[in-house]
Amino acid sequence: MRKRIYKLLTSVRVAVVLLALGLILVFWGTIAQVKLGLYQAQSEFFRSWLIYWQPSGSGLRIPIFPGGYLVGGLLLINLFAAHLRYYRPGFKRIGIAMIHLGVVLLLLGQFATDTLSTESFMRIREGASSNYSESNSLWELAVIDTSDPKEDKVVAIPTSLLSSGKELSDPEMPFKVRPIKFYPNSTLAAKNEGAGFELVKAENTESTEIWWRSLPKVTQMNFRDIPSGLIDLIGPGGDARTILVSGHFSRPQTITIDGKELLFEVRPTRYYKPFRLHLIDFRFDRYAGTNTPKNFSSRVRLDRADTNEDREVTIRMNEPLRYSGETFFQASYDETDEKGTVLQVVDNPGWLTPYFACVLVAAGMIWQFMSHLIGFATKRKKA
Amino acid sequence: MKAFLKYLPWLFLALFAMEVLIVLKPKKETGLHTAQFGRLPALLNGRIQPLDSVARNSLLQIRSTGDAPLEILPSWQFWRHAKKLKSSEWLLEVFFNPEMADTRSIFLIHHPDIISELKLGDLGVEKSGLRYYSFNEIKPQFEEIMKQSQSASAVEEAAQRSSFQKQVLKLANAISLYLRLKNSVQPEGTGNFTELLADYQSTMPAGIAAVRAQQSGRGVEMMEEEPVRRFMGIATQFEFTANNSYPLLVPPVDPGIDRDGWSNVGASLLNMIRDNTLPPAVEYYSRIAVAYTDSDASEFNSAVAGYKNWLGSDFEREVGKGRAEYYFNQVKLFLHATIIYIFAFVLAGGALLTFGTWPNLSESLRRSAYWLVALAFVVHTCGLIYRMVLEGRPPVTNLYSSAVFIGWGACVLGLILERVYRVGLGSAVAGFAGFVTLLIAHNLALGGDTMEMMRAVLDTNFWLATHVVVVTLGYASTFVAGVLAMAYVVLGVFTPTLTARKEFDLSKALAKMVYGIVCFAALFSFVGTVLGGIWADQSWGRFWGWDPKENGALLIVIWNALILHARWGGLVKERGLMNLAIFGNVITAWSWFGTNMLGIGLHSYGFMDAAFKWLMLFVGSQVALIFLALLPLHLWRSFRGQKEEQ
Repeated sequence: MRKRIYKLLTSVRVAVVLLALGLILVFWGTIAQVKLGLYQAQSEFFRSWLIYWQPSGSGLRIPIFPGGYLVGGLLLINLFAAHLRYYRPGFKRIGIAMIHLGVVLLLLGQFATDTLSTESFMRIREGASSNYSESNSLWELAVIDTSDPKEDKVVAIPTSLLSSGKELSDPEMPFKVRPIKFYPNSTLAAKNEGAGFELVKAENTESTEIWWRSLPKVTQMNFRDIPSGLIDLIGPGGDARTILVSGHFSRPQTITIDGKELLFEVRPTRYYKPFRLHLIDFRFDRYAGTNTPKNFSSRVRLDRADTNEDREVTIRMNEPLRYSGETFFQASYDETDEKGTVLQVVDNPGWLTPYFACVLVAAGMIWQFMSHLIGFATKRKKA
Repeated sequence: MKAFLKYLPWLFLALFAMEVLIVLKPKKETGLHTAQFGRLPALLNGRIQPLDSVARNSLLQIRSTGDAPLEILPSWQFWRHAKKLKSSEWLLEVFFNPEMADTRSIFLIHHPDIISELKLGDLGVEKSGLRYYSFNEIKPQFEEIMKQSQSASAVEEAAQRSSFQKQVLKLANAISLYLRLKNSVQPEGTGNFTELLADYQSTMPAGIAAVRAQQSGRGVEMMEEEPVRRFMGIATQFEFTANNSYPLLVPPVDPGIDRDGWSNVGASLLNMIRDNTLPPAVEYYSRIAVAYTDSDASEFNSAVAGYKNWLGSDFEREVGKGRAEYYFNQVKLFLHATIIYIFAFVLAGGALLTFGTWPNLSESLRRSAYWLVALAFVVHTCGLIYRMVLEGRPPVTNLYSSAVFIGWGACVLGLILERVYRVGLGSAVAGFAGFVTLLIAHNLALGGDTMEMMRAVLDTNFWLATHVVVVTLGYASTFVAGVLAMAYVVLGVFTPTLTARKEFDLSKALAKMVYGIVCFAALFSFVGTVLGGIWADQSWGRFWGWDPKENGALLIVIWNALILHARWGGLVKERGLMNLAIFGNVITAWSWFGTNMLGIGLHSYGFMDAAFKWLMLFVGSQVALIFLALLPLHLWRSFRGQKEEQ
């Protein structure tokens, strides 16, 4: 039995079947993007173990096809096992080993990227500066204490914790937070706009009536979910005050607790940097006589107190700034007046793996095919 | 007979080489020097190009042809040349004799519903099932066309529009392009441009004074004076042309400061209000206009030459670009390469068919095909390099140039195969692939300018030269493996060729070729795809984004890996290998074209749906071949009477 499993694991037949499954998966996942959008299709087909079919109307989820992680994982196992079984050291097979090592590196590198990398955006107006970037998909509830004139004290709670429903506390907060209801994507309205809308009963909605409802998750690329939630603030005495927090509010909600004014704000999750970027100039160059973009670039000043760094850099298309483990890309700009830039900030510890993988596989293939070719040519010469 | 067969290849080579040389020789002009006019530089689509390219690309968008035929000949009379206006001649007519231009049948409408909706059934001329209409014929239907096109453009997603709506939009665009061309030099309806300009200059001081007075709130009655009214009338016309012209014809005043600061004629005339001096370029164009209307050849030629000389001092580079691109337009290197490829393919086919029965003839045809492919390859390469120099770019910048380059890559592989196995197969593959890809390129060029500027992200020669070139070679080699496999099936099922010679097993040789090419394909497509990922990492911070085009490239990599593993694992033998390689054609075609048709993602630069039908036909033909290959071996002509081995 064990032998049979070993044989199966190491067989080329399984490799071919897995490659075929991968082929179907990639094709299917690409076609599905038309309907689902890039992001949704990616998470359903490629960043998943199984692909489910949900008959419309029923709550059933029936697995019908292996997802990206499963196919990739099985391929990895097959690859390792086959090497253990077949690999004999020597120059003849070294090419194959290099190719497979490169592929393994690539797959693992991508898995690492999927799990470890973070993407965020830094928006800066000309003449202004910023020392944080914002997530494009994650939100946080920030509780801000502005009583110290020198420095704000901030406690940031990821909104994913609010949807868990557990009670939350922090030594910096004079109260506990108990989530009552949380909508990852929501809409707010001044009056009842139809089915699904409910009146919000909270302390900060007493003066102006607010109705809300939950929305399905957004699948289009350029839109994002905007969460809202009802939370109880529980004081040391056990008294509860219900307030509404939402990403829809344009300014923080001021709540007075124990005579202290606190600001509550649901905002895109922030990642603070140990340095500031000042935007000196943003340029959008077009080809003469057309609207076709030729280049986007941001001239920024990087200024870091703890190392006394102060220098100017230009970030443009295809020329990002790599600094302190993160990469800053020219991603977008302020469309209203072209006087603000949007930099994409990527922290990807595995970014170098594809470079190594590419070199390994290419060298391996050239080695392998060349030795074939030379063998073939000498045989022909003799004949 | 023997001597004839010996010299036949040289005869073919000499014949086609002569033809190419004749085409390359510049021609002398008599009468109006329209070619000289066509070489003049202008700025359009963000790049300097000769007026001839402006004309040609406009005609391509309006009529889907590079010239404007004046008579329609039946297709079977291929030896007769229809009288036609060459692109530059047509442009001159549109600029300076629009009444005549309005009668030319240049608007291609091929949606039957549009023709019936616009009641155009009895009008226009017909050629090979396509109908062409003159501006005058569609003019009464303007309102309807604009109404329909507005409702079509209200449908935001291009993919949601019906084919009727797409065609209406295309027609509306063609009309607007044509109207703008007519107003690119002088306002339409101008009798004598030089006189109009003189009038404008002489009335300008009075006109400016009147406008100033009016702005300061006095002298309203000044506006009623005759010179002022004349001035305002002319200025209104120029304002119209400033907003409704197509190419930018007037070079910047100071090229040292802003070399790309070209403007259109109308705008530069309105700018004259500052110092009342006529831009020299406009003066030359007005001389050209008047000479053309008067059919005064010597004045026309001297005005064109004068303008060129005037440009020469400050705009040498632009004049050179105009001349070089004009020459490129004229010699049509890719067209001549296509013709030679077809002949080479036919000869190589002949060589394969006589492979077993008439070895001497076969060898002679094989060598003929080989030399012709080599000649076509030289012409093809010259065209490719000429384009690269014109653009200042690596070979592949868009879908059009990828087709040209895939053909080129396939031709290289075919020539190498022919050197190794001297049976005609390599030449046949090269001829077939060269012909088909250049035909595809020709059809892709119907959209207009194929040397458009690169959008910001793509504006990097380093990545275009590495990722794009390597991945395109991956496409090319996968196709070559597929075409070889097609040859295996067709020759095997319908002819005895594969086993025609005892001493040489062609079917084994083909299997080796396909295997070797798949190895190359795996290398190129893998390295190309990963380089693409690295580019994406460099410019967006993500190595892999599951974008359709990326996935398409990945599919090719997976497929080639699958073929190799299936072969190594003994899961497939000769025939199975061939079938897998044929299916590789389907996958490559989908990655190349299908992914662009989805209309999503960062790479959807070449969205088109006319090609969808062809893609489906191609896929169908490949699947049919695979079924054919599944026939039991005793039904194959080549393997009849042999024992079943697979």
